[in-house]
Amino acid sequence: MAGSRIVRTSIVGALVALAVIGPAATALACGGLVAPNGTVNLLRTTTLAAYHRGVEHYVTSFQFAGKDAGEVGSIVPLPGVPTKVVKAGGWTLQRLVLETQPPVATLAAEDGRVAASPAQVLLETQVDALDITVLKGGAVAVGTWATEHGFLLPPDAPEVLDFYARRSPIFLAARFNAERAQEQGVQTGEGTPIQITIPTPNPWVPLRILSLGRQPNELVQADVFLLTDVPPATLPQTIESNGDPGQRGLIQEVSEPASASLMQDLRSDERMGWLPSRGMWLTSINVNEEARRLTHDLAIDASGFGRPSPVAAGLAFPVIGDGASFPWVPWAAVGLIATLIAAVVATRAGRSAGRRRGRVGPGWDGRAA
Amino acid sequence: MKHRGIVAFVVALLAAGATACDPANASNEIRTVHVTIHFSSFEPSVLDVAPGETVRFVVENADPIDHEFLIGDGQLQQVHEEGTEAYHPPRPGEMSVPARGTQVTTFTFAADAGSLIFGCHLPGHYAYGMRGEISIG
Repeated sequence: MAGSRIVRTSIVGALVALAVIGPAATALACGGLVAPNGTVNLLRTTTLAAYHRGVEHYVTSFQFAGKDAGEVGSIVPLPGVPTKVVKAGGWTLQRLVLETQPPVATLAAEDGRVAASPAQVLLETQVDALDITVLKGGAVAVGTWATEHGFLLPPDAPEVLDFYARRSPIFLAARFNAERAQEQGVQTGEGTPIQITIPTPNPWVPLRILSLGRQPNELVQADVFLLTDVPPATLPQTIESNGDPGQRGLIQEVSEPASASLMQDLRSDERMGWLPSRGMWLTSINVNEEARRLTHDLAIDASGFGRPSPVAAGLAFPVIGDGASFPWVPWAAVGLIATLIAAVVATRAGRSAGRRRGRVGPGWDGRAA
Repeated sequence: MKHRGIVAFVVALLAAGATACDPANASNEIRTVHVTIHFSSFEPSVLDVAPGETVRFVVENADPIDHEFLIGDGQLQQVHEEGTEAYHPPRPGEMSVPARGTQVTTFTFAADAGSLIFGCHLPGHYAYGMRGEISIG
């Protein structure tokens, strides 16, 4: 089993992209990845989330674990209801990795609370050999749906699902169809990138889901890329990289205006033409943290006001807890604000220069309730 | 007269209490204990029983995933941890509890058992902390 995620976000008026991209040699995957025997992937993950004009474009990749791993699937919490789920460009994630982690020697061209009612299926689609289902429901409803559909959830799944459902009751479940994978010649370890389009005024990157099923001391590693109209404010705040590979936490590797060549390359990939040609801000965050400490998500304020939401970060919950989503600002206001921010950003862009309870078993102490 | 009546009542009450607490008679009484499983955790996670007492456990699983409720000492827990029995039909002190389901098992605690453990041994659950203690005495 393997899984990986990389996330990048960009906030310019209204564009947040989250992506998790693994090194070229590793597979790309996203969400809580579980297998019949309860094991989970331990590989680095990569995802891209881009946010533009109130719409989040979430690009990630799911790795085929082999024809004998039919029970393997992934669950990804989403900040809103997606309008579409399609195949993503073939090399967008890799290009982002290349931008922030260039080869050292040579530059080769290669490379809630819930309701007891059952989960509501909002969207079903296929992307190559992937069967994708977007669900709306509380933790119990989504968990029940998952188990009824062959996902074997680890013991922390009920609490983690509840953690997300109390803030946004939207989940995406992805699973490879082994038969179709064989027909299409999908090789073990091969990734299938998908792009999820989510209208939302306040993007966030799900991080806690990456710790699903992991031992408390296991390292969760992911690359998160953000593309925004203005330098984003995040919660928790990232820390500056000290160059030590063993540094723990949310480490900011890059924060700078996205280069023209990067934007041109990204726009030339399939179904990536929605990206603006310039004016985006690139942030690269290296997640390198023990699972027991990864009890939060990454909130992003793409408005330029520097006030990321504690609710979006999972550090607080909405007061009204009936499974409702965040108390988002009405769309019209968001659109207006985004437009204003875009204008401000366009002006600034040219001047910017490149930046539990009860007894728990050994090792599970310190988990957040 | 009035005092005698009170004394007699108190004596009778004490006698009745002594009988109820007598381990020798405990097995005649079946106490029902409700245990809830939520977020892969038992509540309560600590129980006290009398030597020889018979307890009827009503275990409600509020989670959307399956769990187990298995009573035994550390050695038995280890056997289950390494075992491959995917499903435990209800029998004294052992049962699988399906997602969002409730199961019942009745167990009599031997007088010399000391203390026992109840736990879940589905993959990763015991290590996650799905266990509780039963103090006998």
